[in-house]
Amino acid sequence: MSYYFAIVGTRDSPIYEAAIGNPLKDDGKHLHQFVLHAALDFVDDIMWTTPNMYLRVVDKFNDWFVSAFVSAGNIRFMLLHDSKNEDGIRNFFTDVHELYVKSLMNPFYEVNDPIDNPAFDLKVRTIARRYL
Amino acid sequence: MDQVSLSAFAFLFSELVQYSQKHVKGIQDLEKRLNLVGYRVGQRLLELLVFRDRGSKRDVKLLNALLFINTNVWKALFGKPADSLEKSSEHDDEYMISDNDLVVNRYISIPKEMSQLNTGAFIAGIVEAMLDGSGFPARVTAHTVPVAGFPFRTTILIKFDAKVMDREKRLADK
Repeated sequence: MSYYFAIVGTRDSPIYEAAIGNPLKDDGKHLHQFVLHAALDFVDDIMWTTPNMYLRVVDKFNDWFVSAFVSAGNIRFMLLHDSKNEDGIRNFFTDVHELYVKSLMNPFYEVNDPIDNPAFDLKVRTIARRYL
Repeated sequence: MDQVSLSAFAFLFSELVQYSQKHVKGIQDLEKRLNLVGYRVGQRLLELLVFRDRGSKRDVKLLNALLFINTNVWKALFGKPADSLEKSSEHDDEYMISDNDLVVNRYISIPKEMSQLNTGAFIAGIVEAMLDGSGFPARVTAHTVPVAGFPFRTTILIKFDAKVMDREKRLADK
């Protein structure tokens, strides 16, 4: 039960990444980024067809699924996972979105800045433990 | 809903305008500066308001995004929805949001030599950030358009980029 989670900014570069468990361990971390980046195209297509923020599974890679969630300001939250768990993943995205909005309220944080606050990382992992 | 002191805001805003005035050389630059400050506010306001008022729903259609700004955003900022939302009859990609008495302009007096200036550029920046963020890039400016009974009526003019109109057309046809 391992996951790779990334928050992608408006310019398509990751602003936060977290590997939970040990996904795709043989191929290495770059493969996670590659898969998520490729999935971005699908996200871009699907996001205009629905007003929902949660886009469910947008892409599949071998036996891994990519789920996505798009915020109001076009920030994409993407999760690489191997088991289907729609409700858990939706709750996970909603909570992380709330966490993101709170970090955005910081006047010193600009949109698309990398998030390297250890407290943020800890909270994301706690949320992951709760729902995934 | 929290209340903020109007005089405190008026002071802050007038200081903001004066500070910007010292660093620019002209009306266009001043409006651009105010627009930039508003842009930063708008980026945060967009995520916050959608999160609070809309749950997990984004605006995918142009008209819905404009309506959201017209009602929700104005209500959150000024306590009442904007006075009108119109579509320009000459250009397909232009829309106008008007307010008869913009709070930010109420306590700013504009000398005759700068009659082109409208400090509503700050609000225009907020609107521009919200549209840019939701995927509808546009150029937004503020103009003073006096109308009988309301000499200080401000109109926010929104001109969308060509690709926004293309996408709207494509989605509407599907």
